[in-house]
Amino acid sequence: MAGDVWVVLQQRDGRIHPMSLEAVTAARRLADTLEVSLQAALPGSGLDEVAAEAACTGVDSVHVLDSPSLAEYTPGAYSQALSDCLSAMDPSFVVFAHTYQWIDCMARVAHRLDAAILPEAVGFESGDDGLVFTRPILEGKMQSKVRLTQEGVTVLSVQSASFEATETGYEAVEIVAFEGDSDSWTPDRELLGVEDVAGDAVDLSAAERIVSVGRGIGGPDKLAVVEELAKELGAEIGASRPVIDNGWLPRDRQIGSSGQTVAPKLYVAVGISGAIQHLVGMKGASCIVAINKDAGAPIFTVSDYGIVGDLFEIVPAITAALRDSE
Amino acid sequence: MKIAVCMKQVPDTEARLRVNEEGTWIVEDDLPFAINESDECALEEALTIAAATEGEVAVFSLGPARVGEALRKALALGADRAIHLSDDRFAGGDAPATARALSAAIRREDFDLVLTGSQSDDMGFGVTASLVAAHLDLPHAWLVMGIDIEDDATSVRVVREMESGKNEIFRVRLPALLEVQAGINHPRYASLKGIMQAKRKPIERVAVEDIGLDPSEVGAAGARLELLSVQFPESGEGAQILEGDASSVAAELVEKLRREARVL
Repeated sequence: MAGDVWVVLQQRDGRIHPMSLEAVTAARRLADTLEVSLQAALPGSGLDEVAAEAACTGVDSVHVLDSPSLAEYTPGAYSQALSDCLSAMDPSFVVFAHTYQWIDCMARVAHRLDAAILPEAVGFESGDDGLVFTRPILEGKMQSKVRLTQEGVTVLSVQSASFEATETGYEAVEIVAFEGDSDSWTPDRELLGVEDVAGDAVDLSAAERIVSVGRGIGGPDKLAVVEELAKELGAEIGASRPVIDNGWLPRDRQIGSSGQTVAPKLYVAVGISGAIQHLVGMKGASCIVAINKDAGAPIFTVSDYGIVGDLFEIVPAITAALRDSE
Repeated sequence: MKIAVCMKQVPDTEARLRVNEEGTWIVEDDLPFAINESDECALEEALTIAAATEGEVAVFSLGPARVGEALRKALALGADRAIHLSDDRFAGGDAPATARALSAAIRREDFDLVLTGSQSDDMGFGVTASLVAAHLDLPHAWLVMGIDIEDDATSVRVVREMESGKNEIFRVRLPALLEVQAGINHPRYASLKGIMQAKRKPIERVAVEDIGLDPSEVGAAGARLELLSVQFPESGEGAQILEGDASSVAAELVEKLRREARVL
């Protein structure tokens, strides 16, 4: 008999993090497949309200790890608290959302539990080979199928937008306080502050149309073709991470998991291959057009219209076609 | 400061990928390889800190014979020496198996700082280095965008990327392991002098027994994750691929955006 599935919830601004609600769905599906219960763990400090929210997400019970030493996230205190709680529970899977906080923390939890670790799952199926998980590799250009070869606990993280967020209107379940040795939950970081690097110079989230440029543009001296297209469309200019890292455009233009999340009516991706970190920031757009020289680029999997070819020929042609059709 | 850098050699980001006949991995013959982007940034950070502190940089990498080329490049860029975990029995490991090997190799010496990239551009686990930190009982941070060694060299001020364009700033004690994000710096190019000097710098080759491990703990034998198959994503669920010369696809696109998608 397999142990229960556990999902570790993250809070943000006093609410359950949206990606944790997706992780609940994934964890519920795993629990149903294994025919076991789904337990939630919620670490933090002063958790009454957020625990009440967690209790209505469709889990079977919520275990609260509430301690002043967990008031600020640190991987040292959090991994110690979580592994103290989980090691006593003999779980089969411990599911995290693939957030920047949990990626930072989950390896230490896995190490303490001597668990297998399967990061960034985007799906799974149950068949003759047992559970087979899908995860992106090679920067999202390809997908891999993996399986676990031994019995025992597995720490798993779930990539954003792979599962629907769970409903939050379930009847409230029991909330249990985990009474651990919280004196041993030692923060290993001294938090000094938070800085806003994107600034608020450009708010792309309100833009109706965005022309976004990626590594394929090749250099800052070649941006004119996309600037002309953006001007013709009345669009804002956005960019994927490599363009920002290379200093070709300022950081407040970055779209993706470490930049802005956008949902324009029209999104034109120029020379963007479509790493998952970019896709999570723009796939809410109503209409996506991709122009890329590589027919296998993952951006085409989320696009409505795709053109495979040289952006330096195609983008000016689109600008001209827009002018002609006015 | 004495600094260890862990780096991985991965397929070049621009390389054209093909799936092998069995569908189990990509074809590696004739595939160009490069130092993983964020690992190269970690090396750059290490070289800068070592220069400021009259320190030393040792580079660790696990992989087949071709990895020697990446290590030689790291030496040409300015690393002092290299350690190559070059035993076929290290191959096919998952994150814990690889972390076990790397940490056993690093543990043979006392380092003040261990630096590496935050994620490999091939398997992309993103957790291997944090597991190394756990083995070595070092504090760690993932997705580091700034490193300032504080004056007394007993702590480091770290800037870490968070979601939604925010950075978190905190202090950790040294020794520590920091996983840098690509974009923290612009890695240098190797000079001719550096390339010449690299030829005389040592590369230590290490087998499983040399670092006190059992073959059952490392590589495919020590892994609990088995890679069954790889494939390109199923493209074009709903995507219409427009074909033709530039002016005709452009005209067709504008027409479709206006009449079909109604976004113009």
